Amino acid sequence: MKKEKLLWSAAKTGLVGGTIAVFLCLIGMVEIFSKRDVIEGIITLGQFVLFATFIVSGLIAGRRISDEFVQNKNTKIVITGTTAGFFTGLVVAVLVIFGNAVNLRAVFLNASSTLYDILTFGQGVGGTWIIVVLGAVFGLIGGAYLLLPATASRPISRGVLFIFFLALFSGLFRVMLVSWGGIWEAIARGLFGQTGLTLVGTIIFFAAVVGGTVFWSARGEEIQTNVNRLPKKRQNIFRGAVIVLIAIVALGLPQVSGPFIAQVIVIISLYILMGLGLNITLGFAGLLDLGFVAFYAVGAYTVGLLTSYGPFGLQHIPFWIAVPIAVLVAMLFGGFLGLPVLGVRGDYLAIATLGFGEIVRLLAGSDFLAKYFGGPQGVIGIQKPCIGTLGKFLTVDVPRVCNGLELNKPQDIYYVAVVSAIFIAFVAWRLRESRLGRAWMAIREDEDVAEALGVNLVQTKLLAYMLGAAFAGLGGAIFTVLIGSIFASSMQLIVSINVVCLIIVGGMGSIPGVIVGAVALIGLPELLREVSEFRYLIYGTVLIVMMLAKPEGLWPSQAARRELHHEEQVVEA
Amino acid sequence: MVNLLTAKKVTKRFGGLVAVNAVDFHIPEKSIVSIIGPNGAGKTTFFNCITGFGKCDEGEILFEETPIQRLRPDQIARLGISRTYQNIRLFADMSALENILVGQHVFLHTSWMSAVLGAKKQKEEELNALEEAQRLLTFVGLKGQGDMLARNLPYGQQRRLEIARALATKPKLLLLDEPSAGMNPRESEDLTDFIRRLRDELGITVLLIEHHMRVVMGISEYIAVLDYGEKIAEGSPKEIQTNPRVIEAYLGRGAATEGMETAQERFSKKNGGG
Repeated sequence: MKKEKLLWSAAKTGLVGGTIAVFLCLIGMVEIFSKRDVIEGIITLGQFVLFATFIVSGLIAGRRISDEFVQNKNTKIVITGTTAGFFTGLVVAVLVIFGNAVNLRAVFLNASSTLYDILTFGQGVGGTWIIVVLGAVFGLIGGAYLLLPATASRPISRGVLFIFFLALFSGLFRVMLVSWGGIWEAIARGLFGQTGLTLVGTIIFFAAVVGGTVFWSARGEEIQTNVNRLPKKRQNIFRGAVIVLIAIVALGLPQVSGPFIAQVIVIISLYILMGLGLNITLGFAGLLDLGFVAFYAVGAYTVGLLTSYGPFGLQHIPFWIAVPIAVLVAMLFGGFLGLPVLGVRGDYLAIATLGFGEIVRLLAGSDFLAKYFGGPQGVIGIQKPCIGTLGKFLTVDVPRVCNGLELNKPQDIYYVAVVSAIFIAFVAWRLRESRLGRAWMAIREDEDVAEALGVNLVQTKLLAYMLGAAFAGLGGAIFTVLIGSIFASSMQLIVSINVVCLIIVGGMGSIPGVIVGAVALIGLPELLREVSEFRYLIYGTVLIVMMLAKPEGLWPSQAARRELHHEEQVVEA
Repeated sequence: MVNLLTAKKVTKRFGGLVAVNAVDFHIPEKSIVSIIGPNGAGKTTFFNCITGFGKCDEGEILFEETPIQRLRPDQIARLGISRTYQNIRLFADMSALENILVGQHVFLHTSWMSAVLGAKKQKEEELNALEEAQRLLTFVGLKGQGDMLARNLPYGQQRRLEIARALATKPKLLLLDEPSAGMNPRESEDLTDFIRRLRDELGITVLLIEHHMRVVMGISEYIAVLDYGEKIAEGSPKEIQTNPRVIEAYLGRGAATEGMETAQERFSKKNGGG
């Protein structure tokens, strides 16, 4: 490549980056994010996102060079990085100038004067040059980052990412810590501001992460081998201690975190429940079920109708009796829906089940069946679970008295969900190690061959489908008592898609992967309600990046790890 | 001798194409029988009819006097027919041992309930199955490779593993679809011995599709020749080698027994690759 060609390629990268930056501006992301800070008073979230596009432009342009050139590599990387960043900034500048000359708001609602103020740092059109210069500078930083040795670049990138996430959640941490009072309150005020981290907090956390990463890369291996060298008994104690620690954090968190986070954690645990269920259907047996929410709805409505003291309550039985019934009903429903469609394969199955999910939602919410399911008004007045004896049912709309412990807070329901999730994980694990698990995997790998080896396809698939349905039903049952009411409108297709996505992101067929996936895909967006407008945009981007960079998922099962990296394994072998 | 499998007027059509046309065929118990024929002669289709992959349109297939042409593949497998594939179809991302364990599926009976509860019976059954799988691995010469992923095994071992998996179903009749494809002469000689051992030690009847004439002529007791879906000849290797119809239609003009391979190549070239 000649020099001008090199610059032209960098410019192209910059133009693409600029287009993305303009896109982020025009959908309003930069403006809304500017209300939040990463470091209070220094850099807003909006600026952070914008600058990130500059840095990434520089990084990508630079990386292209480092792949192709040997001579004068470092200078070339810096030059291309700067060029790319410059052009990215230039595109944004063009937006500002163009936007000031022509009224873009007729088409782009978010092209407001506030946006231009943000982009010119309050200097008006005359300040447009600032963004171009900043673009070049950050492009330069992006390029220079590539020149750093891995020992330096890794701690820095980790530190920046960590600061970014902390800043997003700083409000939550602050509220949580302040509520503890005393010394915690002082710490909270020192580290976390109202809208982002304080400067002191940033420095402390950044230093901690950098220090930790450096320490681990220097000594981590040694520690690991030391632990491995310990006698077996000691190792088991060590491992046990780690598990107990995780358990304490997982079980104790909702108690100290306040109701909002507790609610989010319950929702995560419910998705873990459903994820574990679908993991049997999709992860083990490879049946793509996009109508999973149907079984969730069946479980929810069964418990609702059986326990409600509202007008639609059929029976007034305790939650603990209603749950097994709900699971059973969901399972039978799974069998009923599964039988006709399990003959179809792959994509066709996905479409067929998707149809079922919609049918269930529409039927439950229809006026036609409103007599039984409450139609759009839903089923309300669902009795909370009660540990102890339940008073007699008196009349409609009066909850039964609980003589004992009533599980009415989200934190309480959380424990029900955790116990259920552990139960399902255990069942899933045991099944995977059995003849049935092997048959499922065989079907996933090659249906025809499995059948020729004597595996009854219909029976085996149906069982996977029914077990998945049963666990979804359990999730629905718990969700119902959490909310205290059911509305057909909450049984949206997006629930099914969320469950499928969390399995894919976490790692197909992997049980810990489901947990990681649920925390990442359900937990983070729930906590970031402020940015909820762009929830699905971020969601989609994350999914695409995941599929490109780490298709086996965040915590893959052994098999998937082998599958997607089998070339490396062959070399090892 | 009793016939293990009898096919009567088996016909299979794909649209207007008659892939297998009224083929009569029988396999005596504990014999090694081969089906040969040029590419596209309908050999694999005939295999598929027997194993229930593609149901035949007309005719009847009797296995130990039981008609099987309407059964599902898994039912046929339970009766004691197992097969391998022309292009190896292992469960690539499962270990060698797991592949064989899937083959034993039919003989394991624990329900999902007892699997979850970890019943004693289930554990015993698993243990026995593992032992049996190890035994089969040793039998096909893959001892110690059980934990390897099927996809990471060398080609020849994959072929052997596929046979081990088929053996795990304890078949009475084993169908091998071009087992020596891609093997060098030395390997195919080993294979010939191996197939004999299957019959002599395990008492399994073997039906082969094979292109390697040395293998076919070496081990078959009986050969059937298919061409354009029709059976044009059958008999002992000697009879086939001297059968004028086979030589004319399949081997080409003037081809001697030794030149079979080249004659076949010429044949397939002449027909645009068969």
